[in-house]
Parts: sequence; C-alpha cells; structure tokens
Amino acid sequence: MALDTDTVRRIAKLARLHVDEDKLAPLADELNNILGWVEQLDEVDTEGVAPMTSVVEMVQRLRVDAVTDGHVQDKVLANAPAEADGFFVVPKVIE
Amino acid sequence: MAALTDLTIAEAGAALAKGDFTARELTDAYLAAMETARGLNAYIEETPERARVMADASDARRAAGKANGPLDGIPLAIKDLFCTEGALSTAGSHILDGFRPPYESTVTQKLWDAGAVMLGKVNMDEFAMGSANITSHYGPTLNPWKASSGPNAGKDLVPGGSSGGSAAAVAAHIAAGATGTDTGGSIRQPGAFCGIVGLKPTYGRCSRWGIIAFASSLDQAGPIARSVEDSAIMLGGMAGYDPKDSTSVDLVVPDYRKALTGDIRGLRVGVPAEYRMEGTPAEIEALWQQGVDWLREAGAEIVDISLPHTKYALPAYYIVAPAEASSNLARYDGMRYGLRVEGEDLTDTYERTRAAGFGHEVQRRVMIGTYVLSAGYYDAYYLKAQRVRTRIADDFKAAWNSCDVILTPTTPSAAFALGEKQDDPIAMYLNDIFTVPASMAGLPAISVPAGLSADGLPLGLHLIGPAFGEETLLRAAGVLESAAGFDAKP
Repeated sequence: MALDTDTVRRIAKLARLHVDEDKLAPLADELNNILGWVEQLDEVDTEGVAPMTSVVEMVQRLRVDAVTDGHVQDKVLANAPAEADGFFVVPKVIE
Repeated sequence: MAALTDLTIAEAGAALAKGDFTARELTDAYLAAMETARGLNAYIEETPERARVMADASDARRAAGKANGPLDGIPLAIKDLFCTEGALSTAGSHILDGFRPPYESTVTQKLWDAGAVMLGKVNMDEFAMGSANITSHYGPTLNPWKASSGPNAGKDLVPGGSSGGSAAAVAAHIAAGATGTDTGGSIRQPGAFCGIVGLKPTYGRCSRWGIIAFASSLDQAGPIARSVEDSAIMLGGMAGYDPKDSTSVDLVVPDYRKALTGDIRGLRVGVPAEYRMEGTPAEIEALWQQGVDWLREAGAEIVDISLPHTKYALPAYYIVAPAEASSNLARYDGMRYGLRVEGEDLTDTYERTRAAGFGHEVQRRVMIGTYVLSAGYYDAYYLKAQRVRTRIADDFKAAWNSCDVILTPTTPSAAFALGEKQDDPIAMYLNDIFTVPASMAGLPAISVPAGLSADGLPLGLHLIGPAFGEETLLRAAGVLESAAGFDAKP
C-alpha cells in the first residue's frame, strides 16, 4: 500500500509538520521505501500471538493519589518562549 | 606517572582514596584535555565552573572522612538526552534551543549523590535517532580513531550513535566515563566503533525519569566506559528503583564489581545461527569465532542456539520506535519551552515550529510513526510489529533453557566515514542489526572491544544476558576483555 502525496499531506497535518507542496512527492518516496522494507513482517506467522504490552514481566504499581509538588510557577515558566503576568503567551486560540 | 586522564575510573578512585591527587586535580586535567580536543565536537556544552565546585565538594567530603565510594570525585560526561538542572539539555535538537531544565534526571542525580563530577553535556543524534551522530543540530561528532589503511584511511570517521559524543569523549580520554542511552543499539554500537565498553542494562534497571523520551518501551540508560570494571562501577551508581518511573523495577542493586570473578567455568554460551548473515565481512565472522574460542578456553561450554525471528527485529523496531516517538515528540509545540516559529494562526505556528525545529530524520520518523498509528493502519503495522516483538522475546526465552549468555558481533562493520550512508536510511538502520533484537526483548547486553579491523579500527563483541542478568553478563564480559587484551589507542 504505497503512499500518495495526498496521504503524505494528511499525515503531515496529523503530525503537525509543515511540508511544502514540492516536498510531498520526495517525502512519499522516502516513506514508501521504508514501508516497503518493513512489509517483510508479513512473512511472520503471528496468528494467536498477543501483541507485546510490557517488555519486563512486572505487576503495574499504583501510587498514592497525593499532591507531591506545586508552587513552582517560576520554574514552569522559566523556559517559555513568551510569558506575561505568570502565564504562557500563545497565539490566539479562539476566533 | 601516566597522565591522570589515562587512569580508569577504578584506578582513579583508588588513587583518590589513597590521596595521590585530589578530585580537583583530576577534574582540572580533564577540563584541560577537553580544551585541546574540541575538534572532535564531543561536547555540546562544557560546564567547567560546575565541575570545579563539584570536585572541591568531593575533596572536602574526603578530607572529612565522608567520601562516598568509587565514583566520588570521578569526572563524567552526560549525554545531552539527560535533563540536568540549569544546564543546557537539548537532545541534540534545534527545537529545544536554550532549554535549561528546572529539574535533574534521576540517573544523573544518583551519580551526583555518589560524588561524581559533571564535565558537561555531550553530543548525540537528534532525539537519539541515528547511528552515526550526524543528525545533531550541533553538528557531527568525530571518532577519535582514524583508519591506518583502506578506502577510509585518514578520513574523518563517525563515532556511531546515538551516544556518539559519549563514546568519543570516553575514547579520547576527555571524560573518565559517560552516561549513554540505548533504544536499539545507541550505547553498544558507538562503544564498538570507538573501542570502549558500552552496557545497556535490562529495561527497568535504570530510571527513565528526566531522560528526554524517544521510544519509551525501549529507552534505557547505561554506562559508557573504558573497562568492564568501570562499567560495573558506573552501573552501580546509575541503577535502582525510582517511584517517578512506573516501569523502573524494584530490585536490589547488587555490587556489580563483585561479579567480576574471572571465573566462567561451566557457563553456557549460546551462539545463534541466525546472526550469521549474508554480507557480514569475513573479519567480523573471524572475530566472533575468536570470541567463541576465548570463552571456551576459559572453561565455558559453547552451545549452538537458534533465534528464528532475528531478521524481523529491525523492521519491527522501525514501526514500534517511530510510533512511540511520534507520540512522545507531540509535546514539542513551541508553546512552553524551546523554539517557537510564529505562523498565521495557532496550528500554523505548531506546524512551522516543528518543521523548523526537527531535523530531517526526526521528521521522517514522526511521519512513519503517525502513519502506522493512524486509523486503518494501526492493526496492520503497529499491532503486527508488537506481535512480532512477542515472538522475538519468546525466542530468547526458549534460548535461556540451553544457555546463560549469548555471544554475537556488535556491529556488521567498523566505523565508517562521515557522509557515508547519509542518503540511505535503511543502510544506516542496518548498523543496529545485531543490537536491536535484545532491545526489542528488553534484555541487558554489552559490547566489549575485542580486536582491530584490517584497517586498524576497533571491533566489538556483544554479549546478551537474560533479564536482570547483569552480573553474569559483566562476569563473561570481563573474561572476554582479559582474553582480548585490547590495548590499542586511537
């Protein structure tokens, strides 16, 4: 199932990656090259085999639902590209 | 007396304990060596002031009779994937421009608690995606080794990746040891290319908390060092349960150094038929056979084994890892930290930030990952790959009935030249053909420098152990190291 440029455009949208129109076709070729190579997995009989969900056999732990930090507004904002009055400044979200 | 930077961690630790020199003198020797080796581009950021403060604190502890153990006063390089409080942490990516975390990763915190000294942050493939350290925003790291003959004689060589800066720094003696991370071979392959020891512990052995995530079900931190003993010392400082990582395992951390008894009599060493692959150079095959002979002469029992799904590990990895990466990298949106490229509206800002901030290989993997997780393709690609992964893990489980460790080559070649394989992703991916199966099964594995190629470049042998079998793995690796007597220098 080779990807066409429309599919690549859709995936780029889902991935939130800007791809220029003239780059869609070469990118489709690159992705098809890799997807063609992974198709050899179809040779493996996986009938009745459970997909791996955890690589280490362990019981999932639960933690106490307790507040463990907070009051670190300065730290949270320290790396912000834009901030004002203790908030992140972002482009307008609602028209 | 040899230069301070020539000492192993074990030797330097013993000398510090005896008072032969101070941690400050040792740190200053490394800082001076780092300055003269900047051409390698191993460090993204050097942290000399912090290093001197930490070294002085180590000396003060020792003077007060409160030294912490074998890592106290030892200068280390930290892969840029580890978040270090207040120090640049970029994962080699433009999208994390200027990011200085307000917190410290668990593994690095444990190393500082043990008294280790941070020399700086070392270069890596962007988000740990690569096998040559050529995808870093900060430019390629060079391998300190040069070929003495052959087509690459005298050329700049890659150090391997993704922990290329870590491996180059340790090989060039501009760090006594380094942290690395391994998702599909990112500690072991650069270890082999740079002629040093690289250990990937069992998944869950070291906390992933504060390590910038690539593929969460595969990522594992481990040591890069100049000897097996140094690897054991460093692993002891890095491993352990962490409530902040729900996949970290609550098991006692043994004294790994004590495992290095040198006695492997009766140990069953598996040699998997499927690792004999078409196209593997004769010198790699010969070194592998040499490794088998060394272990047999040391009293091990050699067992032929089969791992039938070996060839499917790499293609399955290139579904699972990009899928997890596409989810993990969704957080880089230009809003809270790192790069922001303003667009026409919010979505356009996201898209332009990510297009400018991620390099080509990262974007390619995010695209693959997004596709294999998208509606209609999830079963055919992602679930299929996870089923194949179960089969790979089952192969190893069956093998442990007849052997205790597995011996293979680490890489299908020695280090290659800068620029080679750059335009062929699959050729680049094939670097990890021998290391990826253990990653897919979460198993510990180690690369030990074992010989030189015909062109005078280091080659590694690779041991794989059962889950949490690090002690047996290190014991066998120690025997291999002694037998190989690898003492060549870049």
